[in-house]
Amino acid sequence: MKDLRLRLSQSVGMWVALLLFSALYILYSSLHPKGWTVDVLVQNSNESFALILVSMAQTVPVLTGGIDLSVGAMMTLTNCVASNVVSGSAIQIVEGLLLTLMVGALAGFINGCIVVYGRIQPIIVTLATGAVYLGIALFLRPTPGGKIDDDLTWVTTNAMSEMDTTYGWFPNGAPGWFAHGIGRLPVPMLLLLAIILIVWLPFKNTVTGRGCYAVGSSEGAAYMSGLNVGRSKLAAYTLGGLFAGLGGLYLSIQTGSGNADIPQAGGYTLQSIAAVVIGGTSLFGGTGGAFGSLVGAMVLRAISFCFRVFDADSPMGFLANPLLQPIFEGIILLLAVSIGAARVFRVKNRLSLFT
Amino acid sequence: MSGMQKTSVLRSIDRPTLIACGFILVILAAGTLYMLITQGTATFIEPTYLLQQLKIAAFLGIVAAGMMMVILLGHIDLSVPWTLAASAMLATAVGGPWAIPIGLAVGLVVGLFNGVGVAYLRVPSMIFTLGVNAVLRGLMVMLTGGFAPQSSATPIMKWFAAGQLIYLPVGDGFGLSNSVLVWALISAGIVFMLTRTSMGRYIYATGNREAATYLSGINTKFVLIFGFVMCSLCASLAGLLVAGYTSKAFQAMGDTYLLPAIAAVVVGGTNILGGQGKYTGTVVGTILIVLLQSLLSVMQMPEAGRQIIYGLVIIAMLLVYGRSNAMRT
Repeated sequence: MKDLRLRLSQSVGMWVALLLFSALYILYSSLHPKGWTVDVLVQNSNESFALILVSMAQTVPVLTGGIDLSVGAMMTLTNCVASNVVSGSAIQIVEGLLLTLMVGALAGFINGCIVVYGRIQPIIVTLATGAVYLGIALFLRPTPGGKIDDDLTWVTTNAMSEMDTTYGWFPNGAPGWFAHGIGRLPVPMLLLLAIILIVWLPFKNTVTGRGCYAVGSSEGAAYMSGLNVGRSKLAAYTLGGLFAGLGGLYLSIQTGSGNADIPQAGGYTLQSIAAVVIGGTSLFGGTGGAFGSLVGAMVLRAISFCFRVFDADSPMGFLANPLLQPIFEGIILLLAVSIGAARVFRVKNRLSLFT
Repeated sequence: MSGMQKTSVLRSIDRPTLIACGFILVILAAGTLYMLITQGTATFIEPTYLLQQLKIAAFLGIVAAGMMMVILLGHIDLSVPWTLAASAMLATAVGGPWAIPIGLAVGLVVGLFNGVGVAYLRVPSMIFTLGVNAVLRGLMVMLTGGFAPQSSATPIMKWFAAGQLIYLPVGDGFGLSNSVLVWALISAGIVFMLTRTSMGRYIYATGNREAATYLSGINTKFVLIFGFVMCSLCASLAGLLVAGYTSKAFQAMGDTYLLPAIAAVVVGGTNILGGQGKYTGTVVGTILIVLLQSLLSVMQMPEAGRQIIYGLVIIAMLLVYGRSNAMRT
């Protein structure tokens, strides 16, 4: 009981974000003319996937008390790599997918190495490596283009039932549990579930993963307790790179091309920080998690979805004005992160404000 | 006696600044060598070319000067791009004698807002200023309709940015742009403030350990607000100068200043965690960044190569002198 209460109090930010997301998404679905259908769900999860992965990528270094300003750049880099290698025969495609993810993880590993062995502050390291990764991305893809296998694009950006129609999983007709159950879920949503279950949760429960939380809470104490601080940090940045790589890979699958878009990379990096904060992860490290950032990213996306569906003639019509949307999004972003991160409402002792 | 004085002068310039100065010489030598080989002239070290670079450096230098105040406090200001753009846009939109006061007022208001958010609400500066940047962008899109405003800079803004108060009619003529003078005045003011006033001491103290500074009886909230106001004021001033230089304001005019400004401050030896750093370092860092950008564009390096070299130079310089201490028991 006490354990449960402790766990709840540690993840209260995530629960608030989940409530906020539910409210926004219910509002959106009831206003949308085609709300509550598989099509809308598929479209929304496609649009959210890359941001969710980039936010999860941001989370792991933030948990250690660091930050990764190169997540957008790593996403762009893997996007450009994927647009060169993910096509051809089935084996070539699999090789291409693996290569793309390895590039992402390698980019994160390099960040980690410079932070751990170079002993330079993460914020400035990743600022610089971000420039390098964007340069490599531009080098690989000076103009937007490239090619991604069409079947792969089709099945990963649709409902699960397309897997069957494209690859012929069930030659004798799909069984009921597939056609009316899993088949109606969007593939990106299932991919996310798989990434959380196969990558994040196991990592979080290893000694290295626990170490990331310990390092973020107090690096000195973690070091004194005999934890391998360097290994935890290296793992955090590498996992961040892998997540960013997954995001970039999905972006190229979704758009069917690669694009070394520098402003877009910056935008994703900034939004990922916002998503991390909204999802209840402390920027000072030690509390939170990738699942919270997933919810945080969905909140950000749900806000922009909502603006699309307001009727221009209704009393709320001014919300649909495209010229006013940036300011509403800005104000909501500012309010959300301020409420999530303002420590003045939480501290019991005025001195602890200053740490 | 003179030997002792020499060492004390050398000691007053700290190691990062010296290394950065050395690197500037390397860039100048590389640029000159490249020009000699490809064109047979030493354009890269001609005074007119260097003065031109100094003029470009002034805009970045003013932004970096403000950014340094915030970094010295152990914070960061990511709202600089749209503070710069917003003040330039509003100033050109208002026009007339009120253009410059309005532009600076934008900086003042944004700085106060940032400062209150960080000092009183205790939102981490990185996330708060990020949100303020988004709000400012939204405000400007609302006011301008998403396009570059049609109005142009007032004559006095143009004079401050590109006019030449100091002009030596020697040879082709050496003109020192007024923006460089503005940069020099601000630099002198900041050096005086940091080294000769109690506020300067408070800034370093707050950046080192805010709790200790607070317990020493100093109003650290006021110090924080002061730092953020300085940063936003510098950004808005740079916005006015850039608008005067290009004779109009445009949407993304501030985006190219944020990362180079942070890089200039950090390459100049200021600790990104706050509390340490000399203003000379920031000036040297600014010149280094501008010359590096200029060398790469002279060499007609494609954007890809520029980004890569830019990032590698920052990492390499920090590996030489920006490392923190290893953890020891």
